[in-house]
Amino acid sequence: MELTSREGWTVVHGLVLGTVFLLTFGGGLAGLWSLRPGFITARGIKERMTRLYIGTSTMAVVAWLTVISGTWIVYPWYRAGLAGAGDDPYAGCTGLALPSDTCSPRDFLKSNVSGTTETWHNFGMEWKEHIGWAAPILATAAAFLVIYYGPRLIARPWLRAAVIVMFVGAFAAAVVGGVFGAFLNKVAPIV
Amino acid sequence: MRDESRQENREAIPELRELHLTEKPDGPGAAAMLAAGIGILVLGLLTTLSEVSTGLHDFLAKFEFGQGVGPLAGKTILAVAGWAVSWVILAILWRGKDVDIRRMFWIGLVLGVLGAVLTFPPVFTAFAG
Repeated sequence: MELTSREGWTVVHGLVLGTVFLLTFGGGLAGLWSLRPGFITARGIKERMTRLYIGTSTMAVVAWLTVISGTWIVYPWYRAGLAGAGDDPYAGCTGLALPSDTCSPRDFLKSNVSGTTETWHNFGMEWKEHIGWAAPILATAAAFLVIYYGPRLIARPWLRAAVIVMFVGAFAAAVVGGVFGAFLNKVAPIV
Repeated sequence: MRDESRQENREAIPELRELHLTEKPDGPGAAAMLAAGIGILVLGLLTTLSEVSTGLHDFLAKFEFGQGVGPLAGKTILAVAGWAVSWVILAILWRGKDVDIRRMFWIGLVLGVLGAVLTFPPVFTAFAG
């Protein structure tokens, strides 16, 4: 039972960081949602806020690590141009059922040698690689707002709602990246 | 514009009264909100403009530093730079000040949604040359 270096990085990028992101989002959202008058005592607020500061900050850091590792480590393996020979840009993919060392995942998807797969790249990967970067920007802004205002958010429902919108926006951007990443790694795994 | 109700709100909430919180100006919060929208808009604009202009596409690819990332490198580096620089500038301008945070949130939201739409493949490929 072993993983190659590339498989290991895809696991770190998608599974390890993705899991921590999900956990911190769930905890952060629950904490923000219940940050309302009358829900907790002053002592409870102090305890709750400490967790919220750590949770939202961790989510922001993990979002940065995810997009940086995805873009600068995993993505170059995905997009490498390996298949071209002569006039045929996908010659190296002929007859393959999965990407190989002569056919990168992008080559494989765009070549349509194993079904109609090009939309996975043209829509899925193209959307994922761009919108994913909105996640750390929004998560960092939301974490800053939580830390800056702290318990004051309890007295300002509108501001708390605005922070939740940004927090959920970060999650939504990450969901696009995560869902398409899982499907793409199924259809055209990085080898 | 200062939200005049917030001090009264705090005083009306017993558990917050016990915490003896001091007032905080909205300038830094508004700066964070608006800068996030600006960063995502820059990302969306570069994604779409890269389809329109081969010159820009090639320029953005120069940011990959031989790593094989292509123009995505330039799009994301410049978007993050736009976000960070605008946040720093706005934070300095609005430091210790009260600004209309609701207005800045809505402006930031519109910019962010517009930027997100411009990263949607059916939209940016419609501009492809």
